[in-house]
Order: sequence, then structure tokens, then C-alpha cells
Amino acid sequence: MLKMTPLNQTHRDMNAKMVDFGGWDMPLHYGSQLDEHHKVRQDAGMFDVSHMLPVDIKGDNVRGFLRQLVANNVDKLTVPGKALYSCMLTPQAGIIDDLIIYFLSETWFRIVVNAGTADKDVAWMLKQRDALAPHLEITPRRDMAMVAVQGPNARAKVWQVIPGSQAVTEELKQFQSAVVGQYFIARTGYTGEDGFEIILPAADAPVFWKALHAAGVAPAGLGARDTLRLEAGMNLYGQDMDETKHPLESGLAWTVDLKSERDFIGKQTLLDTTVTHQLVGLVLIDRGVLRSHQEVVGQKDGAEYKGEITSGGFSPTMNQSIALARVPVQITVGDEVDVIVRDKKLRAKVVKYPFVRNGKVLI
Amino acid sequence: MSIPTNLKYSKSHEWVRSEADGTVTVGITHHAQELLGDMVFIELPDVGRKLKQKEECAVAESVKAAADVYSPISGEVTEVNAPLVDEPGKINEDAFSAWLFKMKPSNPAEIDGLLDAAAYTELVENEDH
Repeated sequence: MLKMTPLNQTHRDMNAKMVDFGGWDMPLHYGSQLDEHHKVRQDAGMFDVSHMLPVDIKGDNVRGFLRQLVANNVDKLTVPGKALYSCMLTPQAGIIDDLIIYFLSETWFRIVVNAGTADKDVAWMLKQRDALAPHLEITPRRDMAMVAVQGPNARAKVWQVIPGSQAVTEELKQFQSAVVGQYFIARTGYTGEDGFEIILPAADAPVFWKALHAAGVAPAGLGARDTLRLEAGMNLYGQDMDETKHPLESGLAWTVDLKSERDFIGKQTLLDTTVTHQLVGLVLIDRGVLRSHQEVVGQKDGAEYKGEITSGGFSPTMNQSIALARVPVQITVGDEVDVIVRDKKLRAKVVKYPFVRNGKVLI
Repeated sequence: MSIPTNLKYSKSHEWVRSEADGTVTVGITHHAQELLGDMVFIELPDVGRKLKQKEECAVAESVKAAADVYSPISGEVTEVNAPLVDEPGKINEDAFSAWLFKMKPSNPAEIDGLLDAAAYTELVENEDH
């Protein structure tokens, strides 16, 4: 039996093509994945991300617990409402999950984790809590729904739909959040566009979704979500990284704080690690489509090397194929590599990602 | 969308139209494009290539996946729909007019062995359930 979000029937009523996504019955698209992609880049689209899980951590000195639990430094969170992207690591520095931490008060932080990892994440948090801060209360919030509204016009559409929200959220900067009545509104997203991610009570989600639709926000499925995040150069857990990879070989060094005195789970392993691989962007020169798991081969300084595409696909904004690939650190931007696609070698160029941000191609 | 009765079909979702000059035109079905989603890349066989029935001869890639296209019958490729390469979305718009290639059958009896519209409809319905 597949798990369903509070919007399941709403998606079906809108003729969504539904797919099994890690045990969740989710919309892949509502007709055309490409149209949905362009709508988000040019106007406004909305995604049901209720399969992701908000986890509330409450009690005395939550911050002290999170200093040890995650690789990024929660001391960067000084203003209530501020958000931080981080990895949660094993002692061997494998990535258990990537997540967003919202600082609401010194006694209340909210963490949003991925759907496929939610159960193991909560189990890990509880285990660490028991060892490090047994007084804290950790509550998975399956009573909540999450809707991401993304695109250049996304915020204005949300303001139309939630009375009083404009005054409270207009001044929010990227990675800041505010509470408006029953809505938790964060200026975050997974598309490379402006917009909000909104957490609200599950029962209210269908009415909210329909109101956004009436305001001109296009429903968008997991298909468009994947091409948008790939263009935006954002990692997908389970594809670009997992527990067998550490953040420094996954393009996530910027999310790891090794400078402060603070100790965190996985830190010592990272300090002892020699980084041999990196994540780079690829743009396909030949015709074709790059896909995850395709092999990357080439020669550099007289030595043969191999790598692997972690996420690949067709970029609707660039009208060509792009990818993220894990390759040895010797490979540099501007190099050309071969990618083995079926029985052929296709040429691709190594580029610095993101590929697209705020509607503009950066390559 | 209804399945045209003037065409024949393979179990691997290609359609075949017999032309007056003895050649056949080949494409992929509406059902196939529906399964794949928005098409973004097409690779066509070389003109003159001799194909065996069920041989991989073209590639249709969508936003979602790459799919091999199999030759529904044996024969020689006589013409390809080259403009389709720049507009793969035509297959999503109308799969039964966006043809891939034409071929001269080497064993025309194979055409009779393909599915008719009723049999193909049944195949698609069984797949859906």
C-alpha cells in the first residue's frame, strides 16, 4: 500500500499521472513536465512536498544538541526564523540525509528531512538525543502538509491567497521564515527560483492548493522538480550522495563547518580524510541525453581516469543535456570528458554549476 | 485517443502503415509516448541500413527515460523523418503522424503477422491493469 499525502485526491482530480516515489503515491506531472518546468522558471508553479517530514525539536538548549548532530554550524542561526542547510553524518562521515533546520526559538527548532530517509533520520535523532540531550522532545509532524510555491511570481500569488501574509513575509530574505496564523512560510526552495515553502495543517492543504491554482499557480510534479533542481545544481539525496559518500566529495564542502572548535558527529573522519573525488557539472556537446550512472572516462596528465554521472537529464531551459558527475579532483572546469552512452562515447564539457538561477542560464 | 484501424502494430509499441508504393512507414504509438512523457531526443537509423524484425534501430528519449525502438519487420531503411530530430515534441502532439522512418520490406508476410487495431487495443488495456 503506497503512502498518500493529504493532497492525493486533489492531484487525481487534476488528472495527475501518479507514480510510486519511494513508497509514496506522488504526481509525476499533470500533462506536460516540460510545460510545468517552464512555468516555474517564468511565472509560478506549486509542488506537493508533503512526503517530506518536518521534525520539531523542543526543550532547553536545542542549539547545543544540534551543534553536535549536524555538520553545518547552527550558531550561524542568530535571528529567529532563519534557516540553515546541512548534512547529518555518521561517525564515518557518510551522509545520513541533507536537511533544512529552521531556528524558531532557543527552545524550538524545526528540521525538514527527505521522505525516503525520514524513518532512519528520526531513529538516528532519537538515538543521539538519548545519548546527548535526553530532556529534548522530538516530534515528527505527519499532521502537517508542505507546499512549495516557486517562480518569479510565486510570492505575489501566495500573498493573494493568504490574507495578511504580505506584510509579514515581504521583507524575508532568502532562507528566512515567518509564521502567519496557521501557515509556516519560508523563503526557500529546490528550483533555483524565488518562492516560498509553506508548512500547514494537513486538513487545510486541499483548499489552499485549489486557491493557489485559482490564483494562476500551475501544479507541477516530481518530473519538473527534478529537472529544475538539476539545473539549479542542487543535490538529490540517494542519487548525488548517500551514506557511502561524504560531503567533501559531494559538492557540499560549503555546508560543513570544520573551522569552529565545536565537535560534531563525523568531524574527526572528515579531518582525517584525503579528498579524492569531487562533484562537477557537465554539459553535453554531442547530441543525446546524459543519465545517472553513465560512466565518465578520459585522460588527464597521461593517466586514465573514470567517474560517474550521479544525476543527468535534459535541461528544458538550456535545451541540451546536463549532468552532475563524480570525478577525480584532478579534473578541472573547461576539461572535456567522454561519457559512455549505450555503445557510444559522447563528448561533454566540465562546467561550474549551477547551470540556471532565477530564470537565467549561467553557463 | 483512439487507435487508428488502418495501421498495424508491434507488441513493442511501434505502428506500421503500408504505402501504395510497397514501402511501409514506421512510428511509435500514442500509448508509447504517453508512457515516456515529453520527448527530448530522437536518434534515427541510417538510410540504407538493413534491419531484421525486432532489431533495435532507433532511440526515443523523453525527460524520463531512453527507449529503444525496434524494427517491426525486416527490410531496408529508405527514408528517415530528419526534421523530427529537431522537434521530438511532435511525437507527443500526434504520435501517429510523427513517423520515424520508411522501409522496404524484405518479407512482406511479416506485416500480416503484426497486431491489428483491435488486438493492439487489447494489449494496451491489459498493460494498464
